[in-house]
Amino acid sequence: MDQFTTLTGIAAPMPLINIDTDMIIPKQFLKTIKRSGLGVNLFDEMRYDDDGNEIPDFVLNQDAYRKAEIIVAGDNFGCGSSREHAPWAIKDFGIRCVIAPSFADIFYNNCFKNGILPIALPQEQVDVLMKDAEKGANARMSIDLDAQTITTSDGESFSFEVDAFKKHCLMNGLDDIGLTMEKAASIDSFESAASQARPWV
Amino acid sequence: MSPKTLYDKIWDAHVAHEADDGTCLLYIDRHLVHEVTSPQAFEGLRMTGRSVRAPDKTIAVPDHNVPTTPGRENPENMTEDSAIQVAALDTNAREFGIHYYPVSDIRQGIVHIVGPEQGWTLPGMTVVCGDSHTATHGAFGALAHGIGTSEVEHVLATQTLIQKKSKNMKVEITGKLRPGVTAKDITLSVIGATGTAGGTGYVIEYCGEAIRDLSMEGRMTVCNMAIEGGARAGLIAPDEKTFEYCRGRPHAPKGAQWEAAMDWWKTLYSDDDAHWDKVIILKGEDIAPVVTWGTSPEDVLPITANVPSADDFDGGKVGAAQRSLDYMGLTPGTPLSEVEIDTVFIGSCTNGRIEDLRAAAEILKGKKKKDGLRAMVVPGSGLVRAQAEEEGLADIFRDAGFEWRLAGCSMCLAMNPDQLQPGERCAATSNRNFEGRQGRGGRTHLMSPAMAAAAALTGKLTDVRSLM
Ligand code: SF4
Repeated sequence: MDQFTTLTGIAAPMPLINIDTDMIIPKQFLKTIKRSGLGVNLFDEMRYDDDGNEIPDFVLNQDAYRKAEIIVAGDNFGCGSSREHAPWAIKDFGIRCVIAPSFADIFYNNCFKNGILPIALPQEQVDVLMKDAEKGANARMSIDLDAQTITTSDGESFSFEVDAFKKHCLMNGLDDIGLTMEKAASIDSFESAASQARPWV
Repeated sequence: MSPKTLYDKIWDAHVAHEADDGTCLLYIDRHLVHEVTSPQAFEGLRMTGRSVRAPDKTIAVPDHNVPTTPGRENPENMTEDSAIQVAALDTNAREFGIHYYPVSDIRQGIVHIVGPEQGWTLPGMTVVCGDSHTATHGAFGALAHGIGTSEVEHVLATQTLIQKKSKNMKVEITGKLRPGVTAKDITLSVIGATGTAGGTGYVIEYCGEAIRDLSMEGRMTVCNMAIEGGARAGLIAPDEKTFEYCRGRPHAPKGAQWEAAMDWWKTLYSDDDAHWDKVIILKGEDIAPVVTWGTSPEDVLPITANVPSADDFDGGKVGAAQRSLDYMGLTPGTPLSEVEIDTVFIGSCTNGRIEDLRAAAEILKGKKKKDGLRAMVVPGSGLVRAQAEEEGLADIFRDAGFEWRLAGCSMCLAMNPDQLQPGERCAATSNRNFEGRQGRGGRTHLMSPAMAAAAALTGKLTDVRSLM
């Protein structure tokens, strides 16, 4: 998995609550058997019209934000389905960090598995970052995962919370499965005790 | 011992490893797999030379993008990309030796309907699936999580899930429901009350007289939508109804094992003085038949209400409500019962079980759908379909002018050819009314099967009580 340590980049403002996984990547793009190549279809139905032309109003179609690496959004980002295609599409587009007042649970977890940092902050702080993002390409935000801080283009700084284990994995690009397999002995002994206690399982 | 919730009890029985920071490896008893969220996970196993740790606890069924029309066993009758995903599941199931129900098997259906039907889902288990509506299985008092594809791979390889414990939330529905009010109305009303993020960070246990009174199928409808309220899982404590439902199912325990299982299952309830981090109480008698008006499942109103205006809301919801109204093509102040529809969809893992079909057929019996309207029933599994044929429900639907389809997810998410056209308005028994969910530009109103049937008769959103 890709590491995430620090990032300084353009942030795209998406001041909308409940941005759901169907918006992030509509189902017609879930028929792939690969993880890559979904970036062109990120936010497809908001981004393109029926003929496949770009909708100029949409933030990622504006020149200032084509190279955005951060999204600042409203409450409950990523609600809906468990499709990991959502973080795959976000990552494939080049976004490495999403900031919102809150996230849906499964999406939040899925981000960490894909080298994306989701940051939940109080609404007032997200409002400040949203204003900063609206300044366009010259305003770059900086994120430091180790220090757990975000700094706006004006130098205003906020700290954020992140689970210590998830942070460790993200900073070191660690593979969860490999880490869990190191605990195989615990799983083995749990499994044999459980098969005694609940043989019908 | 300190008092525990049901969630605490199931959790404690499944922790295979706990790190100092509280990160746990939760052992998984059942892993359900479908064609859309699994190909990359199996590919990951191949690339790393890993195997499936517990193939006996892993069950695969194609459901999301299979056509629901005859001839679908032949890949030529699927779009090429769907056929590739179904073929990949077929290959993976056989190569890794997991249980498998292909489309040609009468037991095939929506993964969350097949699991309980075959007795894979049992009380006290941990159940996961690469699908958010895994919450459905919570109706059995099983801890059921939806997971992403990386986690699917993790569970395949290790039979565990990395988890931190969630908080406990109790949702109590007191007293009796009024006539015409169903499990779907309960679950939508709860989301209406808590919002789609109200359950974030929690596992919800539903309880109270109105929940106890529900059948197992109704309880599955309630738990199914726990995820729409943001919860990590929804649970209902098992009782005699649960045990009766499980008894004799193909993969339920038999004989002495059944007795041993029952001994444990009977301990699966929340202790009287258990701690709850959040409690929501709704009165059963206050719940009305509801529909959604917007593009979030929290946009719920009684069918007797009017379309709201964006000004009725606060904060971030003002903009979202306006966007929803524009997308849905609705004018504030219009009575919901005057909103005309083009399509009726009865099916999905929320409402595609036999009792759902009975409830809809009851309303439709001897009547015809409104002219010009498109209406379809998609049973949740091949077995549900067969039973509905046997009970004469299929004839009622056909006589009423409904299409009688084969089992699958169908127009719940429109990955197969069953899709809404832009601007088309649908009365749906599924669980998500997101923009484009049932087809680009399609407009979805969520409701119960009886309400959807009523809408089919009148061509408008309709209070089913007026037809009862
Ligand atoms: S019926 Fe709908 S919600 Fe249920 S599993 Fe299928 S797509 Fe998901």
